Amino acid sequence: MSGRVLVGVKRVIDYAVKIRVKPDNTGVVTDGVKHSMNPFCEIAVEEAVKLKEKKLVKEVVAVSCGPQQSQETIRTALAMGADRGIHVEVSGNDYETLGPLQVSKIMAALAKKEDAQIIILGKQAIDDDCNQTGQMTAALLDWPQGTFASEVTLDGDKIKVVREIDGGLETIKINTPAVLTADLRLNTPRYATLPNIMKAKKKKIANVKPADLGVNLTSKLEVLRVEDPPQRQAGMKVETVEDLVGKLKESGKV
Amino acid sequence: MANPLRSEVVRLYKNLLYLGREYPKGGDYFRDRLRAAFTKNKSVQDPEQIKAMIARGEYVARELEALYYLRKYRAMKKRYYEDSKE
Repeated sequence: MSGRVLVGVKRVIDYAVKIRVKPDNTGVVTDGVKHSMNPFCEIAVEEAVKLKEKKLVKEVVAVSCGPQQSQETIRTALAMGADRGIHVEVSGNDYETLGPLQVSKIMAALAKKEDAQIIILGKQAIDDDCNQTGQMTAALLDWPQGTFASEVTLDGDKIKVVREIDGGLETIKINTPAVLTADLRLNTPRYATLPNIMKAKKKKIANVKPADLGVNLTSKLEVLRVEDPPQRQAGMKVETVEDLVGKLKESGKV
Repeated sequence: MANPLRSEVVRLYKNLLYLGREYPKGGDYFRDRLRAAFTKNKSVQDPEQIKAMIARGEYVARELEALYYLRKYRAMKKRYYEDSKE
């Protein structure tokens, strides 16, 4: 099968950064904070590039929705081996309210426009932990989905996906075109080294507006409040087992 | 330094400098040690020795990539996957 793979990549606050909530509790501090590609998106890009290296697909297109800085994330994907990028410009208030529903509408529109056979996304973003974009995209396109993929094998015009589920592993076979979401153990993403980043500068990133794709970005969700998780209560030390049982009974837990 | 090898050494240095920015103990810590290591061997002329050192530098680069990957993998695993066997 020689098709086109669309890979969605998201610019998120770097996984190693200590998150701080804004004093007005409307969100987290993002100004001046280190951002990078969502780790699950890295795994998605790696899988797409691997498919191209095995000559199972023809072209890998990296897509990101967001402000100007999202282009850096697309550049990282290009350095990892994607052929070209598409930056869907979303900024200001639209970007604040951008969620899986809007992104999946954009991905669906792009999939039709670019005639993609496979869409690979990360299973979830480490900032909002929604785990919805892949599923919604598949639903909008009426395509089968292989989510939480820990192994992907192309078999003619079908895809065999081994999924990580609560009970263990599930193997399914789905038709193409399809949407896949990458789980942690799908592969080991390559590092975007300096020489690759230099080479990637020649690759093109197209600029698209959501309106061009006919997508309405209005969100039906409103963030009311963002808070820190509750502080851990200090523990209590007891002398004997009887004391322990007594304290447990007191607090109503036994 | 022999001319063709010079560009290789410079390329290695730039590569390691770029990789070292994410070093857990700090990009500055890494950069200082990187410069010290390279200046210490500034006067080496023998091309075989230089090639061996370049190979060692590339080994360090691979080690760094592995370090970064493992850190990230372990952080993700800890955050998103319940460890059934503690």
